[in-house]
Amino acid sequence: MEEKIVFCKGGGCTAKLGAGVLSRVLSRLPRGPEDPSLLVGYDSRDDAAVYRISDDTAVVQTLDFFPPMVDDPYTFGQIAAANALSDIYAMGGEVKTALNIVCFPEKWDLNILGEILRGGSEKVIEAGGTLAGGHSIAGDGVLYGLSVMGTVRPQRVLVNNRGEPGDRLILTKKLGVGILCTANRVGEASPEGMAEAVASMTTLNKYAAEIAAGYDVHACTDVTGFGLIGHLREMLDGKRSAVVYWRQVPVISEAKRHADEFLLTAAGQRNRNFAGESVRFEGVPFAMEEILFDPQTSGGLLLAVSPEQAGALEEELRAAGLPAAVIGELTERSEPEVTVK
Amino acid sequence: MRKTVDAMGDACPIPVVKTKAAIQELNGVPGTVETLVDNEIAVQNLTKMANQKGYSVTSEKLGENRFRVVLAVNGGAPEQAAPEETVCIPDARRGNVVVAVTSGTMGSGNDELGAALMKAFLYALAQQDTLPSTVLFYNGGARLTCGGSASLEDLKALEAQGVEILTCGTCLNFYGLTDQLRVGGVTNMYDIVEKLTKAGLVVRP
Repeated sequence: MEEKIVFCKGGGCTAKLGAGVLSRVLSRLPRGPEDPSLLVGYDSRDDAAVYRISDDTAVVQTLDFFPPMVDDPYTFGQIAAANALSDIYAMGGEVKTALNIVCFPEKWDLNILGEILRGGSEKVIEAGGTLAGGHSIAGDGVLYGLSVMGTVRPQRVLVNNRGEPGDRLILTKKLGVGILCTANRVGEASPEGMAEAVASMTTLNKYAAEIAAGYDVHACTDVTGFGLIGHLREMLDGKRSAVVYWRQVPVISEAKRHADEFLLTAAGQRNRNFAGESVRFEGVPFAMEEILFDPQTSGGLLLAVSPEQAGALEEELRAAGLPAAVIGELTERSEPEVTVK
Repeated sequence: MRKTVDAMGDACPIPVVKTKAAIQELNGVPGTVETLVDNEIAVQNLTKMANQKGYSVTSEKLGENRFRVVLAVNGGAPEQAAPEETVCIPDARRGNVVVAVTSGTMGSGNDELGAALMKAFLYALAQQDTLPSTVLFYNGGARLTCGGSASLEDLKALEAQGVEILTCGTCLNFYGLTDQLRVGGVTNMYDIVEKLTKAGLVVRP
């Protein structure tokens, strides 16, 4: 392959618009009349839209795409697809169909595009879905993702904001993939570190979701561009607070070294700015603070589960080979919104 | 000792990477490193690094999308930013001469010869007593500022003497070279038009 995929200014979820900017724009959009069948819309800042079509079926719809965060097109395709499919799992749904969305420079070697799409379609098949079509345009840079449709029983929809005080927080993947990719871009990441990040990013959240379905999960989201703190705050929804025990948070260990070398993304700093005063760090090392704000591409699920069941869920997730851990708990609303200690 | 880092147009973490390299070049001698960046997030990431490393740091907004961050390394307070750049070599830029490099080759006839001539031209340009204010690179010329170009050393020498080295961003995109740029900054058509129309003399090798 002659041409390398050009790194747009940092790919994956580091390319996401900041939450601050986004919520300002969204809040000004005109709303049509309310549709009672729309169970989840963007009011809840959730991961996907959920629409009830009958008493026992709702459709889950989601769309995600981004620029490459790794050099290998096949791996990029797998990661972009795993990331897009994740939103269905975060809502408690099953993947049914997916459509490719592609932007690719006309003059490039089409084999690169073929490799991206191969990686993506393999993940859709692994998810148990069918790749049913797509849309592609020619453009300056590479973008790839999927629009995914899934189904869920309306009673089983997992929203991101119904966690209760006392619930334990479980994270199902390690943090730090954003920092690893950034370090890799400037030639500082080790092959082992990158391999660990890639393995994490290409892992479907399907397996964690299937296990979690057997437990009393009150809220669920996937940790992506806004980082752990950002997505946790979405889960709190202004109604709860949370304590995170940083020593228990699963982290790709090499990410700490790169964070200490300040190989940090703009998106991570935007996440920090957006969280502002709502987070208090008590004796947390600098690198760990950065990792908690690190934008994750195809990150894990963050689950709020009743305290009685948290231990068993953590154990079953770990038995399935996932690096899951109980990382904190929800509390009644108090100041600050999030305490990390 | 004072070092200046141009990180305009660089996405995080490149401004931090470049600044760390400049700090390294101080070799433990107390000094200041001044980094220019084009966005506030980069200012914050540099400030974060300075705070962690215990350097004192000041920053100011110079204009739209233009910020200066000054780090004082080894404890000393940051020097007041000099109103004018400290120039070690006398300023040899005269008469607002703009050199427009529109191709990887000089002249037409044989491309192998043309490439050798262009390399020789840029070498000789860097040796002149009177330097241009700007060298623009567009279309096939864009390859000369990127990795693999035989003229990088000469262009860096020009840049070190205050000559503005600018490459057309559209051209870098077109050739898939956006992450390959090794010297100077990226520019756009408005800027190119302005540089060419306001030039006292345009030289096209």
